[in-house]
Amino acid sequence: MRMIAFFSKNTEAMLASIGRHIALVLIAVGLGMAIAIPLGVLLTRHKRAAKPVLALAGTVQTIPGLVMLGFALIFMGIGTLPALAVLTIYSILPILRNTYTGIIEVQPAYKDAAKGIGMTKSQVLFKVELPLALPAIVSGIRISAVYIVSWATLAGMIGAGGLGDWIWTGLATYNTDYILAGAIPSAILAFAFSAFIGFLQKLLTPRGLRRNA
Amino acid sequence: MNELMNAIAEHITIVAIAMVFASVIGIALGVLSYWKRKLGSFIIGLAEIIQTIPSLALLALLMIVFGLGDLTMIVALVLYALLPIIRNTHTSLTELPPHIIDAARGMGMSRTQRLVRVEIPLSIPMIFGGLKVALVNSLSIAVMGVLIGSGGLGYIIYRGIQQRNMDRILLGAIPVVVIALIIDWGMGKAEKRLLKHAR
Repeated sequence: MRMIAFFSKNTEAMLASIGRHIALVLIAVGLGMAIAIPLGVLLTRHKRAAKPVLALAGTVQTIPGLVMLGFALIFMGIGTLPALAVLTIYSILPILRNTYTGIIEVQPAYKDAAKGIGMTKSQVLFKVELPLALPAIVSGIRISAVYIVSWATLAGMIGAGGLGDWIWTGLATYNTDYILAGAIPSAILAFAFSAFIGFLQKLLTPRGLRRNA
Repeated sequence: MNELMNAIAEHITIVAIAMVFASVIGIALGVLSYWKRKLGSFIIGLAEIIQTIPSLALLALLMIVFGLGDLTMIVALVLYALLPIIRNTHTSLTELPPHIIDAARGMGMSRTQRLVRVEIPLSIPMIFGGLKVALVNSLSIAVMGVLIGSGGLGYIIYRGIQQRNMDRILLGAIPVVVIALIIDWGMGKAEKRLLKHAR
């Protein structure tokens, strides 16, 4: 009951935090996509570079979030920009890996057929490879989005704003109300992103592939 | 140097304790979800939901229940480790070739005998793969223990952040990444060997 009273008293501030949290996730994942998808396509054209690049991205991913935020804090200071930089870096790997494997696993027969009917290289990419790899790419975006909802709460430490602020305040003052006000919406948000993108993924799967899925 | 060694030891101990519990619970739930299909999709769905909960949120929520200290961190690590272990155990068991299970059944083995003597031994490589993923993740998540009063390398890193001291952050961070990479590499090799052995 006390929790409900706290929530209703702070509804406006909580909604503002949720909005800001969603904005952080959308911007970071959007930037991550803008970097990772072209890079993934590029790697499929230069396979020899793929292994070291993916290994490097994988190693970056094992760096604990707290450490990355610490680096950002020292090099870039407190604020939204350093937080977004860290979040964007973390959003790249899952999308990059799935774009690469998604395109690599397109059966050569399809590409040969596309070439056979006279498609140019870019037509093969946009009309055959990318549509067929789309389910894999979207699943990478889904993994990224769920991660970033989580990292974004952590980024409250360096002034990102959003739901993390409530949890950090709650942890610092050992105040249960604040912890719940940040933790519950952020958990729901992560789940909602996952469910929504999962739904998009079904929608975007080419019709011919749906039966096997 | 002494402080660092202590922190590394603490970090590894916390992760190791969590992994022992996670593997027992995870494999048991994996077997249960293989035996009872409907319950299985519920268990896996639940583990998936737990996995999506942001780590700071989960830690803070657990702290309300378990208080400050190592216990809260261990519970969080166990919860996050469950999904890869359950999923790999479940997938491996359900994808075993039916003729092997029929043969075991034909020899008059009971369900438990089949599990212990045939199904689990054949599933070891994949279960091991799940343990590897869980362990590498846990090492990285355990850094956050400092926020809820648990020990480990996170303490050194967090102090470094507060003092804006790059060297201290690196002092805590490098062991985490190195240990994770070594385990990933070592267990990856062991996994390949197990797979070869199984064939």
